[in-house]
Amino acid sequence: MNILVLVKRVPDTESKIRVAPDNKGIVEEGLNFIISPYDEFAVEEALRLREAKGGKVTVISVGREEALLILRKCLAMGADEAVLVKDEKPETFDGLRTARAIASLIERKFPDFDLLLFGKQSFGADNAQVPAMVAALLGVPQVNVVVKLAIEGREGVAFREIEGALEKVVFSLPAVISAQKGLNEPRYETLKGIMAAKRKEIPIIPIEELGIRAEDLAPAVEILGLEPPPTKSAGRLVQLPPEEAAKEIVRFLREEAKVF
Amino acid sequence: MILVFIEYREGKVKKSSLEVLAEAKRLADELGWEVVAAVIGSDLKEQTAALWGQGAKKIIQIKGDGLDQYSPEKYTHHLEELIQELRPEAVFMAASAMGRDLAPRLAGKLQVALASDCTKLKVLNGELVFIRPVYAGKALLTLKLKTKPQLATLRPNIFPLSEPQSGEGEVIERKIANPYSGPVAGVAEIIREEGAELDVTEAEVVVSGGRGMKGAENFNLLRELCAIIPRSAVGASRSAVDSGWIGHQHQVGQTGKTVCPNLYLAFGISGAIQHLAGMSGSKVIVAVNKDPEAPIFKVADLGVVGDLFQVIPPLKEELRKALSE
Repeated sequence: MNILVLVKRVPDTESKIRVAPDNKGIVEEGLNFIISPYDEFAVEEALRLREAKGGKVTVISVGREEALLILRKCLAMGADEAVLVKDEKPETFDGLRTARAIASLIERKFPDFDLLLFGKQSFGADNAQVPAMVAALLGVPQVNVVVKLAIEGREGVAFREIEGALEKVVFSLPAVISAQKGLNEPRYETLKGIMAAKRKEIPIIPIEELGIRAEDLAPAVEILGLEPPPTKSAGRLVQLPPEEAAKEIVRFLREEAKVF
Repeated sequence: MILVFIEYREGKVKKSSLEVLAEAKRLADELGWEVVAAVIGSDLKEQTAALWGQGAKKIIQIKGDGLDQYSPEKYTHHLEELIQELRPEAVFMAASAMGRDLAPRLAGKLQVALASDCTKLKVLNGELVFIRPVYAGKALLTLKLKTKPQLATLRPNIFPLSEPQSGEGEVIERKIANPYSGPVAGVAEIIREEGAELDVTEAEVVVSGGRGMKGAENFNLLRELCAIIPRSAVGASRSAVDSGWIGHQHQVGQTGKTVCPNLYLAFGISGAIQHLAGMSGSKVIVAVNKDPEAPIFKVADLGVVGDLFQVIPPLKEELRKALSE
């Protein structure tokens, strides 16, 4: 199977996000960057499928050269190859631009792919747009927010999370799948893997060389501003015997908060 | 015109779709536009009243074989055809599981930008402006869309319903002439979780437990509270989920779901930043925790320092009494 996995470099989810003085982005200085957590499930699933069925796993990222670091991590986990689409001005919040870059790359370099794996959304933009946009641009079926996946021959079965239930979805390859937490437990890199990954060459393709029209590379969204969320002030703290505490909660809900 | 895609499942219009309709109507009134609702597959029957009530001027029912069950490929195809014909200024839908799957596919097909999971919309100098949380709620992004139609999904439980208006509009039946012939991902089966009718993202009250719950079996205490409180669902912190006490679909926070219920009841949740990111938008927060220094108390409207195992039994009684009155 020819499996492609799309990964994104994002700030560590534990980090404190500070808005930049121009109110258009965040302060990157001092932040630790990682592979977006859902993307790790996608990489792990690709490796497991290759181990079971044979084939090749190629990891792809779109962004600045700093993204090479997460591509090396994926190689160290066991991916066969990696490609960086270099975008000096990655527009974090513009899913369409990223989707166009990925779809063009695939049409040019990987037209015979079987499976395209993504994380269900990236940390940061939280758009959850690119997997389905790429599926539409390539005209292949999609299953998003997948917690279980099985491939047999050219057919696949995926379980996707919906409100209070799972949808069992059947599809044929090629297809786009986006991973949800619960799909698997991502492995750690091995020392041997890390050493081997260091020696691998990662081709870098500038986004301008993908044959995308200039007007299609122009941002489709206009950022008016980024701001910290309104802070919620702390309310009242009480310490009472259990029965009185229970009464106080219900009284508060009825009389003050008017929830009931 | 604002076109609103309505989710209709098992004989009911989704409340989150009505919320989108209500918000679309508010914006359309400001802009001098009208609101048209579109539903695929099913016959709305008497449910049209709810749509007229929230401001729909017309309802378009797209009908044809194999459209009863959701399919992102087919639904995208038929909505795209409708959009090419009607040329709406904007297309909105709920940021539900379906909307989050369908809207980006539609955006890809139309090659337009999408504002996902918006929590506020407004009109600025005659143009639509979209506001949405990013970095798991650690920042708010305000953006405009430069492509037409302007496509957006709206987060459930945020936008209020309007006072229902009277009057009826026109229902237009649209038989499909040109069925989708490409490859599809088809839903073969829907597997419901036992006893979990409402998802945490749809619930009006979320009863959530963390590490302080101490074990899987104690989550039954929270299920018992949910049995008393109408339209409630059980939530959990990441540490409870990672300990295997409850399924991931209940997880609230950065690697789980973002919720904004009317009431969030937190039991034994310390309030790590990742958890707060997923629930601090709740309208009212009540937390019970042993540790008076727990960060959850910084966002709680009412904090109770105490042992949840001692507080829950009398709380059940008090709630039962209060809710039966």
